Amino acid sequence: MSTDMSPNSKPTSLALDRSDERVSHADGIGGTIRAFISRVRSGDLGMLPVAIGLIVISTVFSILNPIFLAPNNLVNLLFDCATVGIISLGIVCVLILGEIDLSVGSMSGLASAIIGVLWVNFGISLPLAIGAALVTGAAVGALYAMLYNRLGMPSFVATLAGLLALLGMQLYILGPTGSINLPYASPLVRFGQILVMPDWLSYLLALVPGAVLIAAGLVIRKRRQAVNLSSQPLSSLVVKAAVLTLVLEAAVYYLNMGRGVPWMFGLFVALVVILNYALTKTQWGRSMFAVGGNREAARRSGINVRRIYMSAFMLCSTLAALGGTLSAARLASSSQQAGTGDVNLNAIAAAVIGGTSLFGGRGSAYSALLGIIVIQAISNGLTLLNLSSSLRYMITGAVLAIAVIVDSLARRSRVSHGRA
Amino acid sequence: MISQGARPGLLRPGVTHVERRAPVMQRNVIGLPPKGTTILKLSNVSKNFGAVSALSDIELEVKAGEVVALVGDNGAGKSTLIKVLAGVHRPSSGRIEFCGQEVSLDSPSRALELGIATVFQDLALCENLDVVANLFLGHEISPWNLDEVAMEVRAWTLLRELAARIPSVREPIASLSGGQRQTVAIARSLLLDPKIIMLDEPTAALGVAQTAEVLNLIERVRERGLGVIIISHNMEDVRAVADRIVVLRLGKNNGVFSPDASSHELVAAITGATENAVSRRIGRKSGEQAATGGSHA
Ligand SMILES: Nc1ncnc2c1ncn2[C@@H]1O[C@H](COP(=O)(O)OP(=O)(O)OP(=O)(O)O)[C@@H](O)[C@H]1O
Ligand SMILES: [Mg+2]
Repeated sequence: MSTDMSPNSKPTSLALDRSDERVSHADGIGGTIRAFISRVRSGDLGMLPVAIGLIVISTVFSILNPIFLAPNNLVNLLFDCATVGIISLGIVCVLILGEIDLSVGSMSGLASAIIGVLWVNFGISLPLAIGAALVTGAAVGALYAMLYNRLGMPSFVATLAGLLALLGMQLYILGPTGSINLPYASPLVRFGQILVMPDWLSYLLALVPGAVLIAAGLVIRKRRQAVNLSSQPLSSLVVKAAVLTLVLEAAVYYLNMGRGVPWMFGLFVALVVILNYALTKTQWGRSMFAVGGNREAARRSGINVRRIYMSAFMLCSTLAALGGTLSAARLASSSQQAGTGDVNLNAIAAAVIGGTSLFGGRGSAYSALLGIIVIQAISNGLTLLNLSSSLRYMITGAVLAIAVIVDSLARRSRVSHGRA
Repeated sequence: MISQGARPGLLRPGVTHVERRAPVMQRNVIGLPPKGTTILKLSNVSKNFGAVSALSDIELEVKAGEVVALVGDNGAGKSTLIKVLAGVHRPSSGRIEFCGQEVSLDSPSRALELGIATVFQDLALCENLDVVANLFLGHEISPWNLDEVAMEVRAWTLLRELAARIPSVREPIASLSGGQRQTVAIARSLLLDPKIIMLDEPTAALGVAQTAEVLNLIERVRERGLGVIIISHNMEDVRAVADRIVVLRLGKNNGVFSPDASSHELVAAITGATENAVSRRIGRKSGEQAATGGSHA
């Protein structure tokens, strides 16, 4: 009995979580930076690959074609990010479980076909048509989860089959014409192509993250101090919030020199924030990471593992359907090409580039946001260079391969540093 | 009730089919039963894995405020029995009574809900989550807005109680040593105010101080009126805390002993022979010592 301390005895003057002298603690800004470096060394890369990727991409493309960094090109980029980004958000959910959904592209195509057929051809009201597309998505996800839970069918196989089946369904309901044009003046198409936030609102919204960071940080600080736990130094909290606010306001200012911040991108960011809250601050999110890390341990802790799989697959397919709806809006059409090509891989690549592991148990909603900006920047830059789609596919393929290699190497490093 | 694939002959005569269809679904509302009353009673519990019968016709009773040690050789079926009680495996046949009522332990969450907490031999921790997340997994404080501060405080309190040597509760389990992980698993079992706690080789990886703390803890828990089942290969520890020693051999009951039974008796029951490797070794050692004139402690 070395430390004979009864549970209710007053802890020493040291904070409760600072009593072990073997642990070094990051105090102050210098400490925060040192902690970051050692985290990266141990394979916990966080946002580093994205930051490096974005710097490289924007340097290369702006040298090759100065239009790349023009405000309006970036506004277009954000419009494009929103559609595949929302699909990628669903991918994050299934990747956290260590599963995959290969059919999100087909699902988005099917959703766009459903909108076109119901809304334009059958004259059903737009909200109902969108509702039908989302419900179809949820049903497809539920089917995958059922195949997984009841029959033990690997998600890889089930969704590969789904990829074909959903594509078939998309072609079937579009019929021989193959393409339906959506009315340009409709709110949906305007949302997907034109609508941007008023300048004042975008500046105001860009203040919110920093303000929330400070407010939440102060509340947590106070609570932790009240129970004698160590807390984040005030200085690093303020610096973080200030840097974040500055970066966001600068970005918004630059975009407002062009058309402004697209509402569609705003919707995407709102979904990212909601999913981030759900993953980090709710029991559901905790259970997701637990199931992805060790399924059997999660089950033995009393988590309903089947329900977790069900929720993740349904969320993934529903978000894919929403992404499909928005891409129909973006293109003002429902066509046989919708959701084919590189949509699938871009959505998966975005999640992985952003830092969600293919091996399960690690990831964040922000990885979809950051990853898709990288992917779309590449794709946008290549389009500006007038490269053929053959080259674009090859380059995107290479980027995905690099992302997965980085993920595997980081994982290996995490294992050897005890952070698996 | 455990009826999945049950052969009728193995069910007790009193069990009717009507009862079998109506499992007890009542929630864990009753407080701790008074000391000395039976919390857990197993009769004729069997478990087959394909052709292997890991458990056959096991009888076991645990009273409130009693420590029952479960001993047996490797592969005797101890862990399997624990897992049946934890709801991890469904028994092939048999009857389990909890607090006087027949129950069907068909999932781990059901067992936890009834107040059966378990420290598994393989610990069953999520390596990617930190200590706090593992402790509270499935039972987080305020599920819609996790109260990390309250959970962290509770975690430190519990770990101190166990004299844990854990540097930081915000590091993933993957970075902890084997013994530290074991401490986390033990702390987790205490979190939900269980009625009975089952520890599968809880001290196998622990240091001297931590083992002593766990044994102390078992005694404290017994004082509080919980039932305890402990599995251990360390006869010294077993004798130190157990009120009764139940021996399993090849998946069958092989006698119940009091803690002051001779080591020779216990070893014989565990290995199934009076003449065995252990007794021969002891005989040889004492022979050598007699020859060199040393005295046996
Ligand atoms: N999931 C399983 N599938 C098939 N057989 C199993 C399974 N789990 C256990 N067994 C078998 O059941 C028997 C009892 O195993 P168990 O793990 O209960 O032993 P134990 O008494 O805990 O041994 P130890 O002291 O080594 O931990 C063994 O023969 C084992 O092979
Ligand atoms: Mg065992």
